[in-house]
This record gives sequence, structure tokens and C-alpha cells, in this order.
Amino acid sequence: MTSIKTVLAALVALLCLAGSAAADDAAIRAGLAKLATAKGFAEIETVVRELGATGDPAVAKPLAALADGNLYVRKSDSSVFIGNEAGGSLALLDPVTGSAAGTAAKGEMTKIRVNNAVRRAVREAAGSLTLGGEDAAARLSAADALFLKPDPDAIEALDAAIAKETDAAAKARMEQARAAAVLVSDRSEAEKSAAIRLIAGLGSREALNLLTGFEASASGALKEQAAAGISSIGSTLMAWDGAQNVWYGISLGSVLLLAAIGLAITFGVMGVINMAHGEMVMLGAYTTFVVQEMIRSSAPGLFDWSLAIALPCAFLVAAAVGVAIERGVIRFLYGRPLETLLATWGVSLILQQGVRTIFGPTNREVGNPSWMSGGFELGQLAITWNRLWIVVFSLAVFALLLFISNRTAWGLQMRAVTQNRRMAASMGIRTPWVDAFTFGLGSGIAGIAGVALSQIGNVSPNLGQGYIIDSFMVVVFGGVGNLWGTLLGAFSLGIANKFLEPYAGAVLGKIIVLVLIILFIQKRPRGLFALKGRAVEA
Amino acid sequence: MITARILANGLDRRIAIFLAALVAIAIVVPALNLLLPPDNPLHVPTHVVALFGKYLCYALLALSLDLAWGFCGILSLGHGAFFALGGYAMGMYLMRQIGSRGVYGNPELPDFMVFLNWKELPWYWYGFDQFWFAAIMVLLVPGLLAFCFGWLAFRSRVTGVYLSIITQAMTYALLLAFFRNDMGFGGNNGLTDFKDILGFNVQSAGTRGALFAASALFLALGIAVTATVTRSKLGKLMVAVRDAESRTRFIGWRPERIKLFGFTLSAVMAGVAGALYVPQVGIINPSEFAPANSIEVVIWTAVGGRGTIVGPVIGAVLVNWAKSWFTVALPDMWLFALGALFVAVTLFLPRGIVGMWDQWRSGRKDRRAARGGSAEATVETPVVRAKSVSAPALDAAAPQPAE
Repeated sequence: MTSIKTVLAALVALLCLAGSAAADDAAIRAGLAKLATAKGFAEIETVVRELGATGDPAVAKPLAALADGNLYVRKSDSSVFIGNEAGGSLALLDPVTGSAAGTAAKGEMTKIRVNNAVRRAVREAAGSLTLGGEDAAARLSAADALFLKPDPDAIEALDAAIAKETDAAAKARMEQARAAAVLVSDRSEAEKSAAIRLIAGLGSREALNLLTGFEASASGALKEQAAAGISSIGSTLMAWDGAQNVWYGISLGSVLLLAAIGLAITFGVMGVINMAHGEMVMLGAYTTFVVQEMIRSSAPGLFDWSLAIALPCAFLVAAAVGVAIERGVIRFLYGRPLETLLATWGVSLILQQGVRTIFGPTNREVGNPSWMSGGFELGQLAITWNRLWIVVFSLAVFALLLFISNRTAWGLQMRAVTQNRRMAASMGIRTPWVDAFTFGLGSGIAGIAGVALSQIGNVSPNLGQGYIIDSFMVVVFGGVGNLWGTLLGAFSLGIANKFLEPYAGAVLGKIIVLVLIILFIQKRPRGLFALKGRAVEA
Repeated sequence: MITARILANGLDRRIAIFLAALVAIAIVVPALNLLLPPDNPLHVPTHVVALFGKYLCYALLALSLDLAWGFCGILSLGHGAFFALGGYAMGMYLMRQIGSRGVYGNPELPDFMVFLNWKELPWYWYGFDQFWFAAIMVLLVPGLLAFCFGWLAFRSRVTGVYLSIITQAMTYALLLAFFRNDMGFGGNNGLTDFKDILGFNVQSAGTRGALFAASALFLALGIAVTATVTRSKLGKLMVAVRDAESRTRFIGWRPERIKLFGFTLSAVMAGVAGALYVPQVGIINPSEFAPANSIEVVIWTAVGGRGTIVGPVIGAVLVNWAKSWFTVALPDMWLFALGALFVAVTLFLPRGIVGMWDQWRSGRKDRRAARGGSAEATVETPVVRAKSVSAPALDAAAPQPAE
């Protein structure tokens, strides 16, 4: 162990001789030469660790080659090369510079054998190697990797890297990684105490794990300090958990908002319960699928734009179907809301079965464009891009509808008809047209909701059914004829749901929310924002 | 006075004929099944008995919805919940009758509880080994739920589509709840693998015949109860609440109490239907709570004719018979047919089959009277108008969107 440490120290010292590339090279070559003479996997592993500890990015290449089984020893002079098989012989590359070094027959070379333990060592070494790399992001992730797997042997390499580091973020991470390493090392108490302070300040789940692991083995003042750190991290994490729940709730709320807002319009303006609303969402999702299929087969380059192309298509498809339903069925049933409910349920069955016949009963794959996949972390919040975009999108749709309803002539007519249909008709508003267009608008909004929802759920003929009851709840809770009510209803239901989930479980949480809504309706039979006046009694 | 009596006799005659037919079916069908050899052309196969027994349960369910929707104007989209609760009460009795014959051979616990590693029977399963207790629960549980739900909803004057939606939410919440394993009702799989009912094997032809007869008789009882209630003063109040709730309130009645009575009675009937259904199909699981099922019940009632008593019975049997036929012959077309039925019935047949038949007959009498018929016909003319009271006032005003 001590011999390794001396070597390591020597290597680090060499590394610190900044600018002397030749010395670096020599050190690496010396290390590599040991690979040629190493006996057995354990020894190779040791050498790999030594090489890794140099922190020199140049080591990365031979180590990667080693893991892939492409590192060879020339039998004649025991020098090490990277070899690529090329038609029976090997094309040799210099392990350090990577320049071509002739070819050799297979018989002249011995492959350095590796096992999984060696490969693992290479992987770990690669982490510390990139500490000294050119790319700041790579250095940062290397520091993070070291933080998660603290290694007392890496402290020196980290110290060196910290001294050189210019990027503030990377430097901070390296210091955290160093603190983590100090905790598992045999350094002095004062140093460990400083490390605990640093780690406790992080307040992350990983920090909690580190400290819990440390507390188990520590004793005395350090143990107390670690315990204090753990409890402070615990409370920080709880706050973050709350924030995460709010975020999940907002995310669910935005989905509910998208699904319900079209329903709110048709219900508010026409007093019509459209049970086929969920199927409009489904049609939107299937339109996205068709658009993506066409793009995949004819213009794959446009794939990132597929959603932007699908949006107007979905709106038009769903709006056209909506207007057809209104003109074909619903207009004969005005004044009979319960019958409308049944007829639109029948329409929804037909649409579902139609889609099932055309596209098959199985789930269809709708891809995420690159800008919607992946995610990022904000403090301890994990935020995925698709959820974030859906929140933004739902708010944009809401703002658009608000604009249409409050700032356009059509919106004015819509509101007039909502408030007093006969009076509006007397003033010259063509109420049948307003009805048809409103129904088309509501359905079209459901269609574009389908585009968004296709990004986070399965696209199947039953897609709409899953949303219909929730959207009803939102509309009933929020109150009819008021877009703000729908917004508030969607987000409060979403957040309530997500806050209940950790305590009651997903299903029970949902049941509780449903029961609460049923009870709420008893208190306010017309929702949060009820229309007042004569119109209500109809 | 005379006309009123003629009217009463006329309507009662139809119901009386219907009741007699049901009693006859209750005797004849099991007899044809059990007594005749299988090669006899009049022999009714056991599976047909089971199938039609199921239809009769559905008919009772549709009738119960008719009482709520057709007479009280409460469009419940959650009647399947009462049906399923009655079914679960019966299923729990049947589970307890399995005793130690289950897969795990535990004399005390049903199989699924052993599987979930439960140690003792939950308190709400106590008593279900007794038939009388289960029978009371079949009536009590749906009735109590409907009473509490209705008491809350009607008191705060939740009406129309709002009421429909929260009944839907109720059955959806129950669906989710019964899917949970922790509830102790078998979770996803529900209750099944029944062996005995009252000591008779549920699989045997004799028991199936008896269950069929019981379904027919309970349906007859349901029709008799519904007819009695709706022909009473209370029934007239129900119709008044349905057609003009505010007016009834201003006259001095309490519409919420009238509705509560109708809703609760209806839920109890639905529970009985569920209890008869479960031993015949051999399983009860949470999917019975699915909102789609409850909406289907509405269409049975609508097809037959809401506000008529025999209509929903006819509607339920017809639609379900069509469903059985479609799912065998044209499985892909069934949802199209059902969807088209929903649209067509609401657009073209708002009174349902029986309602249309009544309308057509009265129209014919009108025409005969208009042709200057006998004195008898002129006497009957007011009958026609009186009759329209029993049919729901569907088109009181010209079609106008809600205001």
C-alpha cells in the first residue's frame, strides 16, 4: 500500500510540474510499461489505478483501449501499443500520442487480458482522469462521480485539480468531492469536521447518504456533528420535497387544464356536457402520430418540428369533428342537457371504435423531439423538459383563450350568448353560428391538448376516457363559464392530488380528492366561480 | 272519474299482463330446462337459462334507474355502483360459503386474503357467513349509500348535469377503491370461484333454474313496487318534481325528500339486481363500478322508454341480447352499434320503444275520433291527454340551448 502511495505521490508531483509535457509522457510510459510486466489481473488493476491517479488526460486513451482489449505488448521489446485489427495483422498506434506506429503480425504481439474488475478500475480511473481534462463540463461530471464514490486515494489528485481549476462551479464540486473523500480517509478530525460542514451545507440526498454512512462508523464529537448535519439535511430535503410536490402538482394541473379547458368553454357557453371531449383529445394525439409517421417517412430532418406541425393539424381535425358533431347531433338536443350527454357518449363510443379499427387497439409510439426529452435539476428539483413545456404550453393556450374571449368580437358574442342567449339573439348575434364555432373551438383546443398529452402518456384508443372524469371534476369544481375558475380548479386539484399521494398513495389520494369534490359541490353547487343571476336557474 | 278508472285499468292491465308473463317464465323456463331431455325441441339449454337470468338482473337494474330518472328526473350515472355493492354483499356471502374448499384450504379466510398474507378476517366480513345477514346487507349498503349521497346532494339542490357528474364521480371513486388490495374485497380479481349458495351447488342446473326463477320473480316484484309507488300520490309528486321542481317547492312540498325516497328505493332495487346477478355469472369484480357500465344502463332505460315501467325491462333485454349477438357475430361492430343506438335513441326515439308505441296508439285513437267516430271515442279523447302525464314531458319548450 505504501509503495503505491509513494508512486502516486511521485506521479502527482510529476503532474504538478506544469508545462513539462515530456516528463508527463515519460511517467505515463513508465506506468504503461508496468502493464507489460504485470502478472495477473490484480496487478494490472493496481497499475490502472496508478495511471488513473496521475490525472493526466493522456492516460485516458490507453486505458480505454485496455478496457476494450485493444492494448498489446510487443514480444520483442515489451513496449506497449494500441492495436487495431486490420486484415489478419494489427495496425499499431502509439499509446500516448496516438500516432501510427506501423503494423505487426498477430503472432508478434500479446494482448493484455482484462477482466471485469480491471474494466471497473478503468471506469473509475476515467472519472478522476477527466478532472484534469480540457472540457469544464467533463471535469464537473468527473467531480460528481467522485463525490458519489469517494476514494481517499483521489484526494491528492483532487487537490491538484482544485489548484488548477478556473471554473467556479467545477471547483466547488471538486471541493465537495474532496470533502467526501476526506470523510472516508484517515485524515485528521479537524479536516473531517470541515468536510462534514461542507457536505451538510449541500442539503442533497447524496450528501445525506454520505453522512449517514459516516455517522455509522464515526464516534465522539464527529458523530454528533454528523448527526446534526443529517437532521439539517433532512429538513432541507423536506422543504425540497414539498417544492417537488408542488411542481408535480403544477405539472398534473397543467395536464388537467389542457384537458378541461375546451370542456369548460362548451359547457359554459352552451350548457352542453360533451362526453366525447376526451375523444377529441385522443384524435389530437393520433393526429400527432400520423404527422410524425409522415415526417419519419418523407422528411426525417423535420422531426424536431413535428409537434409544431401537428398543432394546427390537430386543431383542425378535432375542430372539424367537433363542428360536425354540433351540426349533426347536438343542435337538435338544445335544452335537453341530459340527452346531449347520452348522445355525445354514443359519439365517443363510435369515435373510439373508429380509431381502434383504423389504427389498431395497441398503443402507438409518439416520439419526443430532442428539445422535449431529458431534463435538468434546479436545486433538488428534478424537472423534465417535456413536463416544463407542457406547463408553458397550457398557460399559453389559456392566455390565448383569455384573449379570444375578452378581446375579440367573437369572444364578446360568446360571452353575450353565455350570459343571456335570447337577449343576445335579439341584438343580432347569430347564436347558432356562435354555438357551432364555440363547439369547434372547444374541440380544437382538446385536439391540441392531445398533441401535448401524446408526449407524456400512451396513445391508445382509450386515451380520452382516462381524462374525461378528471376534466369534468375540474370544470365542476372551478365553476362554469369562467376560464379563471378552470385554471384555479385544474391547479388546485393537481396540487392537492400530488400532496395527498405521498401520505395516502396514488389511488387513495385520488379517491380522497373525488370525495372532497363531491362534498364541495354540496357547499357550492355551481363551483368556485359561479355565474350569478338569472342565467343560473336554466 | 270514469275515464280515470279506465286509464288506471288500462295501464294496470299492461303491468298485470307483464307480471303474469314473468311468473310464467319463472316456472316454465327452468321446467323446460330441467324436465325435458336435451334432444327435445322444446328443451332450453342451461347456458340460455343462465344468459337470460343475467338479462333479467339487468332488467331489474334498468327498472331501478327508470324509477330515479324516468319518475324523479335524477339522471344517475352511477347506478352501476349500487348494483355492484349489492353484488359484493352477495359475493362476500358466497366467498364465506367456500369454507375450506379454497385453493389454500383455509376454513376461515378467503383465498385472496391468505394470498395477501392476512391473518384474520376484517371486521366488515363478520356476519357474511349467514345468508340472512348478507341479504340485509344487499338492501342496506346500497340503500344507505344512496341515502347519504342523496341527502347531501338534494338538500343543497345539486341538479341536472351536475348531479349526473357527481354520481359518476362516486362510482369512479368506488371503482378505484375496490381495485385496491388493502380494501379486503379481492382487489383487481374481485370475488369468484363460488361453490355453494344456501347449500346448493351454484354450478348445477337446478340451482341455475332456481336463480333464474328468483330473478324473474324479483323483477316482477320490482315492477309491482314501482307501479304501486308511481301510481300513488307520492308517485305523482315525483313526476311533479321531475317536471317542475321549483314549482313543486313553491306549492309547499319538499322536493328533496321526495327525490331522496325515489333515489334510495331505486338504489335498493339495483342492489337486489346485483345480488341476483353475482351467483349467476360466478364473479364480481371492480370493473362493475366502471362509469361506462352505468352509462350503458341509461341507454337500456332510454331505449325501452323512460317513465314507462315495462319499457326499461324490454330495453335491457333487447340491448343485452343484441350485445351478446354482436360480440359473437361482429365483435368489432358492437361499439359502433351501441354508439349509434345512443345517438339514434336520443335524436329520434326520445320516449323509447314503449313511449313511441303509446304515442302511436293514442295518435290512432285521436285520428279515429277526428273521423267522427262513436260516442265512446269522444269519451276517450281526454284519456289521451291524461296519458301524456305518465309519459315524461320531454319537449316542454322548443329546442333551445340552456340559458
